[in-house]
Amino acid sequence: MIANLTSELDFQAKALVVRAERQRLIASNIANADTPGYIGRDIDFKQAMGNAMGSAASSNALSPSASTSPNDGTSHARHIPLQSTLGSLSTDGSPALAYTLQTQPAMDGNSVDMDRERASFVDNAIHYEATLRFINGSAKTILSAIQGQ
Amino acid sequence: MSMFSIFNVSGSAISSQAQRLNVVASNLANADAVAGPDGKGYKARQVVFETVPMGSEASAGVKVSGIQESQEALKRVFNPSHPSADTDGYVTQSNVNPVEEMVNMISASRSYQNNVEVMNTAKTLLLKTLQMGQ
Repeated sequence: MIANLTSELDFQAKALVVRAERQRLIASNIANADTPGYIGRDIDFKQAMGNAMGSAASSNALSPSASTSPNDGTSHARHIPLQSTLGSLSTDGSPALAYTLQTQPAMDGNSVDMDRERASFVDNAIHYEATLRFINGSAKTILSAIQGQ
Repeated sequence: MSMFSIFNVSGSAISSQAQRLNVVASNLANADAVAGPDGKGYKARQVVFETVPMGSEASAGVKVSGIQESQEALKRVFNPSHPSADTDGYVTQSNVNPVEEMVNMISASRSYQNNVEVMNTAKTLLLKTLQMGQ
């Protein structure tokens, strides 16, 4: 019975952890926007959530539509594809991260696109806040159910 | 875990960008400096950034790994009336290019602002997290 009450809370809590992790990643990317040779990192939220929930959805989440790695960075049959395994937060909380691709190649090998990172940062912040509100809403719902008023 | 390390990451970036701004300031200040009697003029300096891991794989800070001097030739200006002019009438000046330095300055200040904004957002989110369930 109690599990029914808290299962949604559990889901939102995991989503919050993934969002916080992604926020940290994007902050690192923005911090390293001027570092030569730095390759941006990112996690695919869908897959990270799948891993966090321990469902089988994680294997097919790595479809070609995965937002962070449209083509593994390969342009030839003999290229070794870029590692695009993403966000397994389930076990020790340390995700396997993907690398962002260069949109506009830079002389110093830095792959951070500041426009994209700023957009992702704001997007992620809003999603984080939304998740927080969902948690607050669920908590209020549970409380009023307990009190029966 | 947790977003607290954003402050470390962005803080390291801010201090690195501030150092870059410092170097730009000293370059601009010495743009017209004249070489002394030994012929050694001021050479433009550049900071070199380096990624430094902070705790986990997910957080990567920045540090200034070194400061490099420009290897360009020093400027030589014909000015026989100058007290530091050599026998041919040339004065040796620093090799600072003010245009490059201004561009560098704008880039550094924008990066600084970006990181300040990141910290502000992280602070807002953490404050809201603290109020969870209220």
